[in-house]
Amino acid sequence: MSGHSNYEPKTGFERWLDVRLPVVRLAYDSMVDFPTPKNLNYWWTFGGILAVCLVIQIVTGVVLAMHYVPHVDYAFNSVERIMRDVNYGWLVRYMHANGASMFFIAVYAHIFRGLYYGSYKAPREVLWILGCVIYLLMMATAFMGYVLPWGQMSFHGAVVITNLFGAIPVVGPSITTWLWGGFAVDNPTLNRFFSLHYLLPFMIAGVVVLHIWALHVPGNNNPAGVEVKSKADTVPFHPYYTVKDGFAIALFMVMFACFVFFNPNALGDAVNYVKGNPLVTPAHIVPEWYFLPFYAILRAIPDKLGGVIAMFGAIAMLFALPWLDTSKVKSMRYRPAAKLYFLIFVVACFVLGICGGQLPDNQVIPGLSTFTLIDADLNSMVWLSRVATLYFFAYFLIVMPVLGLTETPLPQPESISEPVLSHPANAPAGAAASPEKRG
Amino acid sequence: MAPPQPKGSFKVADTVVGANPDPHAAGEDPNRRDFIHIAAAVAAVGAAGGLAWPFIDQMNPAGDTLALASVEFDLTKVELGQQVTIKWRGKPLFIRRRTGKEIAAAIADDKAALRDPQTDEERHKPGKAEWLILVGTCTHLGCVPTFGGGDFGGWFCPCHGSHYDTSGRIRKGPAPKNLAVPEYTFLSDTKVKVG
Repeated sequence: MSGHSNYEPKTGFERWLDVRLPVVRLAYDSMVDFPTPKNLNYWWTFGGILAVCLVIQIVTGVVLAMHYVPHVDYAFNSVERIMRDVNYGWLVRYMHANGASMFFIAVYAHIFRGLYYGSYKAPREVLWILGCVIYLLMMATAFMGYVLPWGQMSFHGAVVITNLFGAIPVVGPSITTWLWGGFAVDNPTLNRFFSLHYLLPFMIAGVVVLHIWALHVPGNNNPAGVEVKSKADTVPFHPYYTVKDGFAIALFMVMFACFVFFNPNALGDAVNYVKGNPLVTPAHIVPEWYFLPFYAILRAIPDKLGGVIAMFGAIAMLFALPWLDTSKVKSMRYRPAAKLYFLIFVVACFVLGICGGQLPDNQVIPGLSTFTLIDADLNSMVWLSRVATLYFFAYFLIVMPVLGLTETPLPQPESISEPVLSHPANAPAGAAASPEKRG
Repeated sequence: MAPPQPKGSFKVADTVVGANPDPHAAGEDPNRRDFIHIAAAVAAVGAAGGLAWPFIDQMNPAGDTLALASVEFDLTKVELGQQVTIKWRGKPLFIRRRTGKEIAAAIADDKAALRDPQTDEERHKPGKAEWLILVGTCTHLGCVPTFGGGDFGGWFCPCHGSHYDTSGRIRKGPAPKNLAVPEYTFLSDTKVKVG
C-alpha cells in the first residue's frame, strides 16, 4: 500500500489492468511481497485470525438474516425455527454465536500482544486508535446481536445497557427514550438493533481496511520492538507469514469447531432459551463473558453515573495509551519492571472478568466473614473488583507515565537480525563449527 | 550462499538461512515438498467445499416448509360444473368438477392434434373422470389461467393468450405443456390429499 512496488505484471491482461486499476499490484504489494520483520512470533497471527473471524461472522450473519424475523412476536420463534427446521440452521447459528466469542478471544489476544510489545507507540498511534475503534464497534455489534434472539437475557441485557445512558445528567432520560423508540425496550428497539447489527460489521470491515493501511505504512512492529533497519531484517509476507498465519488459523479453527460441534452453548446462558418477558427479570443477570470485566468495573463504583463513567473510561484508557506511556522502548522484553506490572495488569483483567460473573456480595474466600467497609464486607466480589479496578486505572494513569521515566531498560539489540545472527547456533557454518569452543 | 558441508560429525539442516536448494534441481520429481503442497491444497479445498454445502442447502425448503407440503380437500364443496381454487405449496390448485358434456368434449379431442399429447384418461384418476385436479399455473410463464375461458371452454391465460381445453391440455397459444397434474390420492369418495 505504500513505498516501492516490486510488482511486475506477467501477462498481457495484467499489464492492461495495471494501468487502469492496479488491484493485482495492491494485492501483490500488501500480501505477497510485503516486507515483514522476520522475527514475528505466534502472537502476530491473531490479525489474520481476526480477519477470518470477521468474514465468518458476516457470512453466517447474512445467512441468519435470511431466516430471522426482527419482531418481538416472531424473533424468538424464528430463531428456534432456524435451530430445528432450516437446513443446517443449527450449524450456521452456532457458528455465529460461538464465532462472536472466538472473535473476542482473538481480539483480546491481539490487544494484549500490542500492549506487551508496545505496538501502540510512534509511529503506530493511528494504527492503534483504529484498532480501538474496531474494538468499540465490535462491542456495539455483539451487544445488539445478543438482543436479537429475544430471550430473557437478550431482553434484560438490552434494558440494562440502554439504561446506562440514563445516568447522563439532564439529557439521560431523553436519550434512553430515543434509543428505545418508546417508553421501554420493545419492538422499535428490536427493529433498529437488527438494522444496526447488520450495518456495523460492514463499518468494521471499512475500519479494518484503514487499520491494515495504517499497518502497511510503518510496517509491523515485532517482538524485539526495534524498527526494521535493512532488508536483512525482513522476509516477504508470502510464503513466510501466509503459511505461519495459515497454520495458526487452522489451529484456531480446531478450537472453534470444538465449541460449535461439542459444546455450542458452553459460552452462552441457558436463560436466553426462555422467551423474553418484560414482566420478569432473571434472578442472575450477567452479560456475555467478553463484557464481564467492564460489567465488574460498572458495579465496583457505588454511584450510577460514576459507574458508567468508569466503564467507558476503561475503554478510553486504551485510546489515550500512546500518550500515557512515556517509555521509548517498545518491547517489554527489555523492560523488566514493566513486564511485572503488565503481568499484574493481565491478572487484574481476569479478576475483573471473574468478579463480573458473580453476584457482588459473593464471598471471595468462602465462609470467611470479615468486617463491613463502607457498603459491603471486605471479603466480597465487589471489594475485589474495586481493588482490580483501581489497579486497572493505575496501570494506565500512573504506571505507564511514571515507569517510562524512572525505569532502566535492558539494552536493546541493534537490529532485528543482530541477536539472531550473533547467536552461536546460527553463526555461519565455519564459525559455528569452530572447534575450540566445542570442547 | 549455501554453506559448505561442515567437516565433523553433525550436518547442517536445510533450514539454515540461504540453504534452500531448488527441490527439482536434482531431478527428483515429485518430491516430499510437492506432496505437502498438494496435500495442504487438497485439505483446504476439501474443507472449503464441505463448508460450502450447508451454506447452499440452508436456502432449500426448511423442515417446516416441507411439512406443510400436502393439503387435504373436501370435494363436497365443489358444485357440478364449477371449480374451486385452493393454495398448495404457494401456488393455486384447480379442483374442477366437470359436467358430462365437458368430459365428452375432452375425450372427443383425444385424437386431435395436441402439442403435448395425452388422453383425457391419463389426466384424472381411474373412474373419477368428474374430478380434474391441476396445478393452476400456466406452463408458459406461470400466470393463473381463468376458468371457462378460451376457444376450448377449459381455461384461458390472460398473460399471453394460451388456450387450454376441458382436460387442461394446451391447444393454442405459447404455452408448451398441458396444465400439470399434481400427485394426489383419493382418501375417500369425498376427500383428496394433494402432495
